[in-house]
Amino acid sequence: MKTLAKPDFEALIDGLIDDDPRSVVGPQRRNGQYVFGELDSAGDLALEYDLTALSPKKYLLPQYEQLLTYERTDGEYEMHAGTDTEGVIIVGVHPYDLAAIEHLDKVHIDTMGDEPYRKRREDSLLIGLTMQSVASESFAASMGTATTNSGYDLLVTDIGGQFVVDIGSFEGNELLADLDTRSATHSEVQEVRRIEDDLRGRFERELQFPPEELPTLLSEHYDDMEFWESYAEQCLSCGSCNMVCPTCYCFQVETVRDLGGDSGHQQRRWDGCLLEEFASVAQGENFREEVAQRHRHRFMRKGLYVYERYGDVSCVGCGRCTRHCVADVADPTDVYNELWEATNA
Amino acid sequence: MLDTTATVRSEYEPVQGRIAWIEQFTGQDKLYVISLPDNVELDHDPGQFVELFVPGVGEAPFSISSSPTKDGPLELCIRAVGNVTRALDSMEVGDPLGIRGPYGTGFDPGALAGDDLLFVAGGIGLAPLRSMINYALDRPEAFGDLTTLYGCKEPAEQLFPAELQRWDDSEEMTLYETVDQCPEDQTWEGREGVITELIPEADFDPETTTALVCGPPVMYRFVIESLQEQGLADERIYLSLERNMHCGRGLCGHCQINELYVCVDGPVFNYPAVRDKSEAEV
Repeated sequence: MKTLAKPDFEALIDGLIDDDPRSVVGPQRRNGQYVFGELDSAGDLALEYDLTALSPKKYLLPQYEQLLTYERTDGEYEMHAGTDTEGVIIVGVHPYDLAAIEHLDKVHIDTMGDEPYRKRREDSLLIGLTMQSVASESFAASMGTATTNSGYDLLVTDIGGQFVVDIGSFEGNELLADLDTRSATHSEVQEVRRIEDDLRGRFERELQFPPEELPTLLSEHYDDMEFWESYAEQCLSCGSCNMVCPTCYCFQVETVRDLGGDSGHQQRRWDGCLLEEFASVAQGENFREEVAQRHRHRFMRKGLYVYERYGDVSCVGCGRCTRHCVADVADPTDVYNELWEATNA
Repeated sequence: MLDTTATVRSEYEPVQGRIAWIEQFTGQDKLYVISLPDNVELDHDPGQFVELFVPGVGEAPFSISSSPTKDGPLELCIRAVGNVTRALDSMEVGDPLGIRGPYGTGFDPGALAGDDLLFVAGGIGLAPLRSMINYALDRPEAFGDLTTLYGCKEPAEQLFPAELQRWDDSEEMTLYETVDQCPEDQTWEGREGVITELIPEADFDPETTTALVCGPPVMYRFVIESLQEQGLADERIYLSLERNMHCGRGLCGHCQINELYVCVDGPVFNYPAVRDKSEAEV
């Protein structure tokens, strides 16, 4: 680990903003909430944040992403996959969001070979940040994502005036090359550990059981429709829980025609399994017509289905779905703990 | 030597095909025969599907109706019921469109070799099965007895009429047909009733027969039950299921049946693999 004075960290960020062709983004305070946004200077950074409205997923898997362009000349179509997949430098990513990105990497790069994601991701840098403020909705400690030792190029911890930096990659190390750094002292490293240990005890919400139990618990309660209906009753099928989730990646492909009509593009945009038409087919059949079925699907997906395919529980405990659910029925700790109590009462 | 066979499945980029000819079957169903560029071979398994892109309109998944035993253009039997299919309905011979694929898990002719095959097709469900039916007819020595049960709503909804005749005439194939009912303004000399009624009538040995089933969602449960009553083991039943295989790449989520992605784990499933999946509705 290295130690860096705060002005040097700011110089690093300002240097990237000035010299790197990629966008540099980070947490900021805007209109009463924290959001990831483009930085004009390191001074924009709100590193004290607890939780941003959307996760930095929006840079790696943008809400709208071009997949294909087409153009007709003399009755022939030219069709090309590909996009302006420029990477981004994301500053100030909390461990739960780093865990979410590691999961997206596993799905899109290691398993399914999604080129748009891979290009963007491999051209991006992640500067992680040890979280020090805890959102009341978060239960990251229960999910093991309050702290991390992987998934970043650099991970910085503010120990008060100094930043302790853990190097996670070759590219991360390169970033520090021109800066005035020194090896972190033993007491500085201990201070990082103390901050992390202290953090885990500051979560208001928690799972009452280890997340490894989730797949079994969920499969046991799949047919408990009364339970799922009790949550779905208030659900507005708005899809907010899907939109704010750092690990949701379902999408809709749509065609956007240029005004002339002979050219245009195909793009994917975020879609959500809570939305009414998500599982319907052209002939009119909707395979998840009931809200309760869609509601159940979301929780099954997070805790069981994705686990079965990829070996990960895909909820990182950030708490965004809880915060943004208008009807207050999205909180995974409510749902999962209630199931746990039903089984273990 | 360079491999000139380009698989059309990399990324989201289709190759440009062209409508070579169109055969109209019913008021809303047409067979589109699509020629691909010279260097492109689909090399598909029967039962696999492609994503078809109508420029300016959109993309949708369709089962391949032609058999890989037959060289030449790609055949897709398509009902005009959505945006893409209605746009396709107004297209003409020579019009260009995009094709990517093949995707998914089809029928495995190797695994079926030596078996008697019982095809159970309801309505447009004949479109995906036709690929395997013609495969078996082109390689009769590889399989035992071939039987096709085909049911649709009314006589005017029958697909592939010339082919039905050919199958009926064929010594290798026994064809049973039914319509749910025949309206007064149509003629039908065959039987009336739902497709499950054909199952006890058909002559097949449950010990040596494998059933391949495709039809509307409501059909599967009844057909499976009836096949079981005839003594067919669950492992001897294959289902081709339709969902919205929107991306074809196991990502977009629209085709999920519980944890399964129909676009990569299916669309052809051995029945035991989906028997306990509530969302399969089988």
